[in-house]
Amino acid sequence: MTRRRQSLLAVMTLASFGCTPPDMSNQGGVAAASVAAEWPASFSIGQNASSAQIAAINIDFGPDGEGAPLGSGSVAEGRAVYDTRCSVCHGATGTEGPNDRLVGRIPDDAFPFGEARGTRRTIGNYWPYATTIFDYVNRAMPMTAPGSLTANEVYAVAAYILFLNEIVPENAVMNAQTLPAVVMPAQNRFVRDNREGGAEVR
Amino acid sequence: MGKISRRTMLGATGGLIAGGLLKTQADALTVAPETAGPQVAQADPTKILGAPTSQLGERAPGEQPRRVMGNPAVAASSRTPLEQLRGIITPADLHFERHHAGVPAIDPDRYELLIHGMVDRPMTFSLADLKRFPAESRIGFVECSGNGGAAYSRNAAQDRSPSQIDGLLSTSEWTGVALSTLLREVGLSSDATWLLAEGGDAAVMSRSIPVEKALDDAMIAYGQNGEAIRPAQGYPARLHLPGWEGNAQVKWIRRLEASDRPSMTREETSKYTDPLADGTARQFSLVMDAKSTITFPTFPYQLPDTGWWEIRGLAWSGRGRITRVDITTDGGNTWVPAQLQDTVLSKCATRFRHIWNWDGDPALLMSRATDETGYVQPDLETLMAARGPGTSYHYNSIRPWRVESDGRVFFGPRDGA
Repeated sequence: MTRRRQSLLAVMTLASFGCTPPDMSNQGGVAAASVAAEWPASFSIGQNASSAQIAAINIDFGPDGEGAPLGSGSVAEGRAVYDTRCSVCHGATGTEGPNDRLVGRIPDDAFPFGEARGTRRTIGNYWPYATTIFDYVNRAMPMTAPGSLTANEVYAVAAYILFLNEIVPENAVMNAQTLPAVVMPAQNRFVRDNREGGAEVR
Repeated sequence: MGKISRRTMLGATGGLIAGGLLKTQADALTVAPETAGPQVAQADPTKILGAPTSQLGERAPGEQPRRVMGNPAVAASSRTPLEQLRGIITPADLHFERHHAGVPAIDPDRYELLIHGMVDRPMTFSLADLKRFPAESRIGFVECSGNGGAAYSRNAAQDRSPSQIDGLLSTSEWTGVALSTLLREVGLSSDATWLLAEGGDAAVMSRSIPVEKALDDAMIAYGQNGEAIRPAQGYPARLHLPGWEGNAQVKWIRRLEASDRPSMTREETSKYTDPLADGTARQFSLVMDAKSTITFPTFPYQLPDTGWWEIRGLAWSGRGRITRVDITTDGGNTWVPAQLQDTVLSKCATRFRHIWNWDGDPALLMSRATDETGYVQPDLETLMAARGPGTSYHYNSIRPWRVESDGRVFFGPRDGA
């Protein structure tokens, strides 16, 4: 029995009549002695997490808008934040670097990145979801002071970057509702991995 | 005089050695510790009492491998010196590094892993909790999916060593608790299909992981080669996903959130996606396909003489066991199977060897790995035809090493240096 099947079986049988531990010889070759002991329904190891504990670090913000914090920010407010907190690494207009280029579109929103090396990937020409801007800036930027921007400032920076990429108008305001509603030019370019081993090289 | 070890001080002051030797050891003490170990070779070690035991071992003075550094300001990575290592295990202090916001300093007594979302019982686990659960160990590789980018070119630079090309690859024995054990403890919902894994570093680095993998062979690892995981590899605990790209094996893991959709983090959209020639980009390309590289003889080594040499290298596949490695010394006209070192482990580096009698003529050496799914490591043209020349990540094409008539070895098939 494969480890996966055994684990799934364990999960399936857990609720009704306990379960056996997973196969410890998961790397195989010669199977190690199987573990005979029955596992209890719960080891009672660990602590229950409170809602407050979860809320304190549950910071992710995905395309469905779930988990989006309260707050909002305009393009104009974002310009002020960007100029003081972001431009030193990303350039005055988001195109100059020295770190990642944030701004740039490709005519007809073509997607030529696989055809040759060197085409700059920007938020405007490559990122499939606008929510990722908030999620990433909020967790990791500015690099030398991560986590130092308020939710309003992060919404504002997202608005400004989207404006520079000609994706939202200059009067746009980003918040928990408007940011997930932004459709990025490259959204439909992404496909799931179709490699699956075997003889075919993909 | 720089910092000297306790053992060196004991040896130099113990009064056990003759005057001439004292001078030699004194000379050694003036050498920077970064470049020389403490114990100096003796002309006749059988006539001198050896050094005493010590609390912490040190490498031989002449054996001082170092990670290959990138430019720290640009690329926060360092590489395992593959050509200096022998078996399959990477010493923990030579494991490659790739950090997105540096190495965090985490207090192990305050560390907690939170598991929440689509679970019956959201819970936190301290480091002691994690260690108390039934443990498991497995030997497995970790490879950055950008490893080998320098080889994905018809005009690749030739003055490159294996570590400069493929040094974002390391193999360790990882010890920890099976993630399936923790998910069982919290009561993972049968509707959950993804787990957001989040690190406690300054990037709060996060990736979405399919639940199928989490229940298969994923591990929350706290041990590396018998000791605690090194800070650069995720201390006090990290996610280990056997055979999958390194970035998804989130270090310093602080949170797992069960969900029914991926979070679309920056590292699974803007980065770690593979644009293809057809105008799409492959996403969640998490498995590392079979790959191999010769580690000897390679640049910058120069074979000093003709005759018998053993071609050595590493092969690995994220899909299971390596079943064979073929070697050519004539640029691919003829291939012969290399010897695989027992025991071949699933999703683990495998050492291969092939004895070769070099006649002094120019030679083109290549290795070609096959894994248990029947996947055969492709050559560069085959991979480029499948992916397009501009794709990024997952560069697993065959690595050619060219031996010139003077014994110098260069990367790539072209003539001339």
